[in-house]
Amino acid sequence: MRKFNQPSTNGGHQFDPGAALHGQIMTTQFDKLLGWARKYSLFQYPFVTACCGMEFMSTACSHYDIDRFGAAFPRFSPRQSDVLWVVGTVSQKIAPLLKNVYDQMAAPKWVVAFGACASCGGPYDDYSTVQGIDLIIPVDIYIAGCPPRPEAVLDGLLKLQELIQNTRQVTP
Amino acid sequence: MSDQKFPEHLAIEKKFPGSVFDWHAQHGDRTLIIDAARSFDILKFLHDDHGYNVLVDLTGVDYLPRKPRFEIVYHLMNLSTKARLRVKIQSDELHPEVASVTPLFPIANWLEREVWDMMGVKFSGHPDLKRLLLYEGFEGHPLRKDYPLQHRQPRIGPKDQ
Repeated sequence: MRKFNQPSTNGGHQFDPGAALHGQIMTTQFDKLLGWARKYSLFQYPFVTACCGMEFMSTACSHYDIDRFGAAFPRFSPRQSDVLWVVGTVSQKIAPLLKNVYDQMAAPKWVVAFGACASCGGPYDDYSTVQGIDLIIPVDIYIAGCPPRPEAVLDGLLKLQELIQNTRQVTP
Repeated sequence: MSDQKFPEHLAIEKKFPGSVFDWHAQHGDRTLIIDAARSFDILKFLHDDHGYNVLVDLTGVDYLPRKPRFEIVYHLMNLSTKARLRVKIQSDELHPEVASVTPLFPIANWLEREVWDMMGVKFSGHPDLKRLLLYEGFEGHPLRKDYPLQHRQPRIGPKDQ
């Protein structure tokens, strides 16, 4: 990062952008700028199917306030969202719908498996439950817990933001 | 434990002789185990003549080593007198088929579909006996005790693709 802090050398006869913008701009790489912008403007799609939804609501509302991290805006159309939060148990019957929702999202997109059921099936080792949503769609962040505390959710969100910042961005 | 036969029991025994196989009234849970072949007529009798106008619940139980294997449980309630009555019928493994009570209690439509879905007990005379909770293409009935716990069925894909 380099600041335009060199003093003017032309005696002030012409407009000098270096002097005028002294201390006000900085340079970075486009990739990092894009990552910075993306990680703080996450539009979420909450795919809430079970009791983990209570913890998701708790995290999203004012007490824990997910808005502080730039991820406040739930969109109820997958076409307008960046992050798919799979919150709760995914049954075999709803699995094709989850795949549909994921396919409808526009890239770049990320997926968070929220809680034990979405991550690995949780306690339901049976005929009706998908043993982890990574059998259907790719997952970026797994949040452990049954259900996870809001602190764990925020930790997962921060890890997702770190991941977004540190991966090479898909440029339009 | 009460050993007094209750009025509904006596009325059924009078109208359908030999149809009550067993009974008890422990702690007020009045229970009759009746003949599966005459179950519809007996339930119709309770519904029409004794005012049991609510089917609170209808479930199935699988007692696997025992014969007959399945038991269908009807929880009835009389809204006027607040009386409750539990009626059970036992069903054989080879012919797991009992008469549908949907004509008497419309709620039985979905309850019987659920029992068919989970237990594989057929209800003859049901208007539309198909799976209620599981999807089309699922094989077997998962709440049967001999359904393998960790058996996985092929995952279904999106319908339109």
